[in-house]
Amino acid sequence: MSSEPNLLSVEGLAVRYGAIEAVRGASLSVRKGEIVTLLGANGAGKSSILNAIMGLVPVAGGRVVLEGTDVAGEPPEKIVRRGMTLTPEGRHVFANLTVAENLLIGAASRRDRAEVEATRADMLELFPILAERRDQLAGTLSGGEQQMLAIARSMMSSPKIVLLDEPSLGLAPQIVDTIFELIVRLRDRGATILLVEQNVELALEIADRGYVLATGAIALEGSARELGRSGDVERAYMGAH
Amino acid sequence: MDLIVQQTVNALSLGGTYALLALGLAMVFSVLGLINFAHGELMTMTGYAMYFALSAGMPFEVAVLLGILAAMATAMLMERIAFRPVRNAGTATMLLTSFAVSTILHMLFQNLISARPKALPVPEWMVGALNIAGFDIGVIQLISISATALLLFALTIFLRRSTLGIAMRAAALDFPVTRLMGINANMVISTAFAISGLLAGVAGVLWLAQRGSVDPLMGFLPVLKAFIAVVLGGLGSLSGAVLGGFVLAFIEVGLRAFLPEDFLPFRESIALALVILLLLVRPEGLLGRKDAVR
Repeated sequence: MSSEPNLLSVEGLAVRYGAIEAVRGASLSVRKGEIVTLLGANGAGKSSILNAIMGLVPVAGGRVVLEGTDVAGEPPEKIVRRGMTLTPEGRHVFANLTVAENLLIGAASRRDRAEVEATRADMLELFPILAERRDQLAGTLSGGEQQMLAIARSMMSSPKIVLLDEPSLGLAPQIVDTIFELIVRLRDRGATILLVEQNVELALEIADRGYVLATGAIALEGSARELGRSGDVERAYMGAH
Repeated sequence: MDLIVQQTVNALSLGGTYALLALGLAMVFSVLGLINFAHGELMTMTGYAMYFALSAGMPFEVAVLLGILAAMATAMLMERIAFRPVRNAGTATMLLTSFAVSTILHMLFQNLISARPKALPVPEWMVGALNIAGFDIGVIQLISISATALLLFALTIFLRRSTLGIAMRAAALDFPVTRLMGINANMVISTAFAISGLLAGVAGVLWLAQRGSVDPLMGFLPVLKAFIAVVLGGLGSLSGAVLGGFVLAFIEVGLRAFLPEDFLPFRESIALALVILLLLVRPEGLLGRKDAVR
């Protein structure tokens, strides 16, 4: 796996909100077929990194290289068309649209109807509950179902890499387990995933590699196994406070 | 009975015009958070385009088409030239920009054309009335009701069935996440303005057909009513805007028809008082969401 070139590499990324420096020169990389997790305490800058990678907030410095092209500063819709997408924190499904419409809109960047149909069939097989609820308004789904819809909607653009922001947020433990099993199945089907999580234990369980962020900079990186064994992750977390 | 049917037709016809205008305002508001005070000038633009087309000897139907196209083009140019550069500057800036656009267009109409009304002759076949099931119904009212119904139907199909239409509904709910679907923000906003221009253009034609003239301030009153309709229906709700337009028209026409003569001079104030009463009962508007307070 280490012979694969980087699909995404973030080099010296900086994000500022006015005078506040939320991210100070963070670097990380994701290779094809990997699950890489980005850990860190609340307010460490994890979501800021994902939002900056996607062009949702301005990049104040550094590079975001997707398949050899620097995409920093491009608008989100263009980055999606290049093959990278984000499942935002808090799910953000379109509440007044049906499940089917949410999925359809997820494929808005694609032209080939037959291929879109194939992805849709694939997603409905992976998330059978969505097939059952296809004509229901997304706002009426449970939290776990909404998270599944949000992930399936992202996959509808047939991305080369998906950024998942806190998929476990606000969900009951069994539901979280189900969601994480689905993430692993997505990877087994060839997806590449950058996962931001608060649930350190679960994230390291499914990830290949991980980074720990503290006060806007990468404090620690390594294979998931190394990070899981050492007490360094906890120490990095404590350092953030 | 006769009176009730007549007044219902009047209210439907007036309500249709309000609804088209309100829907145009609501479309732009839903994707941009902007209340476009220059919306009325789109109607006026339709009027002048028709006036020049008719003066050049073109048939009425062609003038109507050109009038509607002029409103659409103006709406899209407004967005491109005036609103896009200040899009990220906040809603107050956009609101002031729309005042400026409105004033500039108003001045241009006044100085380049005329402050006085220009006559817009309506073809004779539109002036009469038809006898339907024993009731005399004005041709213009009939056209107005059918045009509104047709447009609302077509727009519903567009918003429900086409990817761009679904994208517009998604953008109204959550604009940043819509961009994460790979949907071009400029495209969605341009389309919203084009549709608002189309609706204002058609409303303009219907309004002009009843008035028979165009002047620089023509759009002011109907669009003021449309603002009221949008708020009454629930700011941000498209179906609410349509409902608000019809409710307002029924209140106005009902008061005009059934108020005792001594009260007639106060009918506008009474109508607005009724609207305020409705809003006191439902502050979020008839179809507005409670959480949609901006």
